[in-house]
Amino acid sequence: MTTAISVKNIGKQYKIGAAETKFRYNMLRDVIVDTVTAPVRIAKALVGKSDRRMNQNYVWALKDVSFDLEEGKVLGIVGRNGAGKSTLLKILSRVTEPTTGTVTVRGRVGSLLEVGTGFHPELSGRENIYMNGAILGMKRAEIDSKFDEIVDFSEVSQFIDTPVKRYSSGMYLRLAFAVAAHLEPEILVVDEVLAVGDAEFQKKCLGKMNDVAQQGRTVLFVSHNMSAILRLTQEAIVLNKGQMIMRGNTQEAVDYYLSSGQSQAGEKIWTAEDVSQTNAELTPTSLKVKDRSGKVVDTIRSTEPVTLEFEYQLNSSITGLRVGLYISTMRGEYIFTSFDTDDANLYEKFDTRSAGRYVSRAEIPADIFNEGRYMVGVNASSFGVKRYFMDENALAFNVDISGAPGTQWGEPRVGPIRPRLNWKIEKIDN
Amino acid sequence: MRKKNLMTELTKHEPTTVYIKPSKGLSSLNLRDLWVYRELIFFMVWRDIKVKYKQTLLGMAWAVIQPVMTMLVFTFLFDRVAKLPTDNIPYPIFSFTALLPWGLFVTALNQGSRSLVAHNNMVTKIYFPRLILPMSSVFAGLVDFAIAFVILIVLMIYYRFVPAWSLIWTLPLFLLLAIVTALGVALWLSAINVQYRDVNQALPFLTQFWLFATPVAYSASVISAKWQILYSLNPMAGVVNGFRWALLGTGNGPDITLWVSVGISILIFISGLFYFRSMEKTFADTI
Repeated sequence: MTTAISVKNIGKQYKIGAAETKFRYNMLRDVIVDTVTAPVRIAKALVGKSDRRMNQNYVWALKDVSFDLEEGKVLGIVGRNGAGKSTLLKILSRVTEPTTGTVTVRGRVGSLLEVGTGFHPELSGRENIYMNGAILGMKRAEIDSKFDEIVDFSEVSQFIDTPVKRYSSGMYLRLAFAVAAHLEPEILVVDEVLAVGDAEFQKKCLGKMNDVAQQGRTVLFVSHNMSAILRLTQEAIVLNKGQMIMRGNTQEAVDYYLSSGQSQAGEKIWTAEDVSQTNAELTPTSLKVKDRSGKVVDTIRSTEPVTLEFEYQLNSSITGLRVGLYISTMRGEYIFTSFDTDDANLYEKFDTRSAGRYVSRAEIPADIFNEGRYMVGVNASSFGVKRYFMDENALAFNVDISGAPGTQWGEPRVGPIRPRLNWKIEKIDN
Repeated sequence: MRKKNLMTELTKHEPTTVYIKPSKGLSSLNLRDLWVYRELIFFMVWRDIKVKYKQTLLGMAWAVIQPVMTMLVFTFLFDRVAKLPTDNIPYPIFSFTALLPWGLFVTALNQGSRSLVAHNNMVTKIYFPRLILPMSSVFAGLVDFAIAFVILIVLMIYYRFVPAWSLIWTLPLFLLLAIVTALGVALWLSAINVQYRDVNQALPFLTQFWLFATPVAYSASVISAKWQILYSLNPMAGVVNGFRWALLGTGNGPDITLWVSVGISILIFISGLFYFRSMEKTFADTI
């Protein structure tokens, strides 16, 4: 077996602010002000050698990560938001350079993340296939030979000579994906495909990934969806705060990831360090699971109602804010989603929330959950406008089913919910 | 099915090994990668040309209208009103020979300097030699140049100018000088623009200032002899004088001032190349 990827002590340092906030450019003015005292500094700033010791605002997005990956293996990468997963992929695909360490990559790296990069709205579908193919590193002859296949796959053959600005968003996405899917790289990198596109598109992405893996190509797969990771990979690494804390077979890695740091006795408290710079409008404070008596608990009883409490600080007034809770199984399958302004009255009353501290509290009635462990995700957004905060794996809790329907038999029941249904038994004939 | 296997074979050549490590100091230019991605340059140029006049009423005619209108305005202002000396050349053709390379230079400089920021979604998502962006923006300007050149031929026939045969090789060299200069400046400015968007603000001013420092509207012969060397520090002065010499036979032809221009141009280009390469590693992080 040859090694496809060899990563040695990779580290990536980012300047806080410059790397994270896209809309705050360094002003040349700032540099010029400095220049009055030190004329050399501007030259230094321009060649990127401004003195690092003077500025402590650096953060290691990735630190001392090393691993080898053999050709034809599928590796899952799991970790919380900001753990360094995307940075790792960016380094592997050569978009950005590591600050320290070396990587040896054998073969072309392709990514399903690059869907539609370089598409120009004025160009026709045909022209964009060539353009996008070239950007992804395909040779002209290669695109020629795959052209028909790409068009077939995209299902837009009728409109292939129409400018893509006239396409529906679905057609656009399909065409873009078709090109990326036919790249046939030696190494495929998939980052959060599940976050873009509709369900159909996600299915296509995962299907493609499966194909690629079965052809014996090397695949790196990043996802928050544990069931997808479990299904598609045999091996996984766990990243935490830029460091690789675990590598092993996927089941072990996922268990480790889920049990480490996910659940701190029924509450999750966000510190300033956890909250990235981009949460300017909304700062999360805590998420708590409380039982009927108001006590914070790690394990709830399925026969009792449970309260989920999300506390947060609004730093400016927000219109249309909705705070949502996502309940999922540990395998990543969603059970339900609920928003604090689902109710029409609340929706009107809290159309605009002024700055201040808030708590959004939801009571989940009894007899919902089956035995097991469940994940709570939080999301705060204004629909169609902006997402202010999101933590898909904020907190986990256990469910104890003593006294729940059917416990007299003592056998496990399949399915994540265990409702108390209103059964009637009637005798209708002798 | 057979076809599919064939295509898999096509891409199953021996994979190239890539070593990724932090680059230190003046990083190597890595021109090999540029060669590997040469088709992308072609596609980018092709796209720029295709897109440029999409959904315009006059289309490619704009490539002609712009220099011709400028020529007419210049003729009115500098010939009829200011009566500038033109070495006994009719003013329209005198200014048009200069407006051609100047137009190429300004377009290349503007597009090239903005190229990285304009394509930031490409820069932050995929790897390709970043040099391709300013390069292809500069090359795309050549098509406009070629179209406007037809007008020059018409003007030359109208004014009965017969250029020396040597222009067949001298003109391309002066054209190359214009391109190298534009690319050199664009390399500097596009890389700076990634971090400091001040470049966007400075560009119109820079090009305007540069126009006055270049003998487009006037003749270089109005500059007194002792300032000629200083004047030729502007490589575009060398380009414009060269164009006039090759096409209209004005001036003395290549002399020391031209070599100064060439030297400065190469200096800007090489330094721009190294500056660009040394900043390239941070583009995706700072853009």
